[in-house]
Amino acid sequence: MSKLNGAQIVVESLLKENVEVIFGYQGGAVLPLFDALYDAPIKFILVRHEQGAAHAADGYARSTGKVGVCIATSGPGATNLVTGIATAYMDSIPMIALTGQVPTAMIGNDAFQEADITGITRPITKHNYLVKEVNELAKTIKEAFHIARTGRPGPVLIDLPKDVSTGMAEFKYPTEVRMRSYNPTYFGHPGQIKRAAAAIATTSRPVIYAGGGVISSGAAAELKELAEKTNIPVTMTLLGLGGFPGDHALSLGMLGMHGTKYANYAISESDLIIAVGARFDDRVTGKVDEFAPHAKIIHIDIDPAAISKNIEVDIPIVGDVGNVLRELNKLVKPGDTAAWLAKIEEWKKKHPLTYQKEGELKPQYVVEQIYEVTKGEAIITTEVGQNQMWAAQFYKYLKPRTFLSSGGLGTMGYGFPAAIGAQAGHPEAVVFDIAGDGSFQMNIQELATAVQYKLPVNIAILNNRYLGMVRQWQELFFKKRYAQTDISVAPDFVKVAEAYGAEGILITKEEEVRPALQQAVASSKPVVMDFRIAREENVFPMVPAGAALTQMIEGMA
Amino acid sequence: MRHTISVLVENKFGVLARIAGLFSSRGFNIDSLTVGETEDPTVSRMTIVVKGDDRILEQVMKQLHKLIDVIKVTDLTKKDHVERELVLIKVAADTSKRPEIMEIVGIFRARIIDVNTEIMTVEVTGAETKIEAIIELLKPYGIRELIRTGKVAVARGNK
Ligand SMILES: Cc1ncc(C[n+]2csc(CCOP(=O)(O)OP(=O)(O)O)c2C)c(N)n1
Repeated sequence: MSKLNGAQIVVESLLKENVEVIFGYQGGAVLPLFDALYDAPIKFILVRHEQGAAHAADGYARSTGKVGVCIATSGPGATNLVTGIATAYMDSIPMIALTGQVPTAMIGNDAFQEADITGITRPITKHNYLVKEVNELAKTIKEAFHIARTGRPGPVLIDLPKDVSTGMAEFKYPTEVRMRSYNPTYFGHPGQIKRAAAAIATTSRPVIYAGGGVISSGAAAELKELAEKTNIPVTMTLLGLGGFPGDHALSLGMLGMHGTKYANYAISESDLIIAVGARFDDRVTGKVDEFAPHAKIIHIDIDPAAISKNIEVDIPIVGDVGNVLRELNKLVKPGDTAAWLAKIEEWKKKHPLTYQKEGELKPQYVVEQIYEVTKGEAIITTEVGQNQMWAAQFYKYLKPRTFLSSGGLGTMGYGFPAAIGAQAGHPEAVVFDIAGDGSFQMNIQELATAVQYKLPVNIAILNNRYLGMVRQWQELFFKKRYAQTDISVAPDFVKVAEAYGAEGILITKEEEVRPALQQAVASSKPVVMDFRIAREENVFPMVPAGAALTQMIEGMA
Repeated sequence: MRHTISVLVENKFGVLARIAGLFSSRGFNIDSLTVGETEDPTVSRMTIVVKGDDRILEQVMKQLHKLIDVIKVTDLTKKDHVERELVLIKVAADTSKRPEIMEIVGIFRARIIDVNTEIMTVEVTGAETKIEAIIELLKPYGIRELIRTGKVAVARGNK
């Protein structure tokens, strides 16, 4: 058998893993790898900053369900990936980050462009490897993909010293992975599932609380079956949006800090919570001691460490959400939830999600119009801040993998490169980044990437000339002392778009919104829409940090 | 509460840092940590002694178990187990004190492993209480240097 060099082995391994797209950036330590990729049948997308590569790989992974792959050189290239890797880690996104490293003989010598990237990323990866031997390369890559996509998914980093990339070895790709120390539990304990079914049959005020695990497990159909079979309303976390159709009669929308009033009331008064692939994040629970005070809790999750971490659970079920729901659906019988649903209907009527419609252009209106124009069929990414919350509240996500947002880490600058990744994975789809003016400027340079690869993503900037979400907190909790949140010194976004070879549109009035959106969707170029919205618009309802879910503040009477 | 945790891990580089990192990122102070190969050279066993809130510690154990290189995690505190530590003590021992020190050493089944005109070096193995006791008894003579290996522990019987 003929030998290949390490870089060629990497490429052959990626092909075995059916990798179709890679996002990355060049550098000395990865030259051999880029050379080997030059002729490979893999689409390479050259970003303009490595953070963009990591977020694009993440957006690709979230939207397609496949493993996202990004590459950076050693030292500064690798450290520029860190925020993107941490973002993927917090949201359990399968990703492989390949980094170049100085030659093994120089590791630890403060060589040029050396950084201990396995050390740096240890707490923010599911696992990571420094490959010291070209003979271990193929096995390492096989293992890395296996770890990234199985169990609770996550990012895995592989650090590749330059001499490993140039060293020669026979290429033998393992057909299976065997690791005595890594064996996720896929099937829930039948006894526990029975207990859960029994609890469901006897409740009168149940709520399903669905998280990102529903989406990563591909269990949306099973969740819908459970809800419909038992007539139990469903509320979703930020990452769970799309896991259950947002336009379904049983949908309560999002819960938590900026959740709907009816979702938060329902959770607070329920007698049984069925938590599915969700982790009781503090943005969801509010004050922990007062979270769902009357409820028994069933918790289904593939990660045993997620169970009883923040909230004590009564019926834990460790396993893949889809598998567990399939078993549970065979056993469940509906309880009597009619009175409960009627009460929820009343809350929905009394406290709908809404906003003051007079005056200047409102961000909520823009988001509603994006929903209308795309008929709920677009892939939406968001940045972080008010834009993210309005995108979560006022667009109805009908299908899984159509809402991509940095939940756990809350990374400004995520949405635009993630949109590029999603568009690369779905060339036919309409992709929107619902952005803040602050966040968009964090990775604005990726406009060049979108233009170069003809990825016609649409960026809807909800431009309030503020770091809006922080300003909102200053307004509510710091006596309107707007310390360092005025960002009205900004570029002309239309001109920036044009300077990069994209399209730009300025929108200042309601009647300009629809035409702008239609123009953007029809365009074959990336389009930047600068929506000049009411500067001091706030996100409501809001549960102040550390308060109970029932203590929601509201902007309008 | 003080816990003695036993962790079986793949004998690979970087494992120790991963484990120590999990404790330090949650603000736990590790009292002692020992590592060594087991009967299977691809597997190492760590014995970790930590103080910390029981509930948080349970979470740390789950997180430890989640690490890809970790094969098994056991809280030995809750199980019947045996534990040992090795300590070397250099104690001031001019000729007049030697008989007394040797008597103490004999009672504790410790050993004298080095001696010169001023100093005796004593080796003690045993459970924590025994080690603490002999240290207390030797203190009045003047302990010049003391070095402990940290605890090793294993569950009794077949498990
Ligand atoms: C990288 C990063 N830095 C800082 C923050 C803190 N932060 C959260 S929201 C926010 C304001 C975001 O402003 P903008 O992007 O304009 O969005 P808006 O809230 O106005 O919609 C800031 C600074 C963050 N989440 N991420």
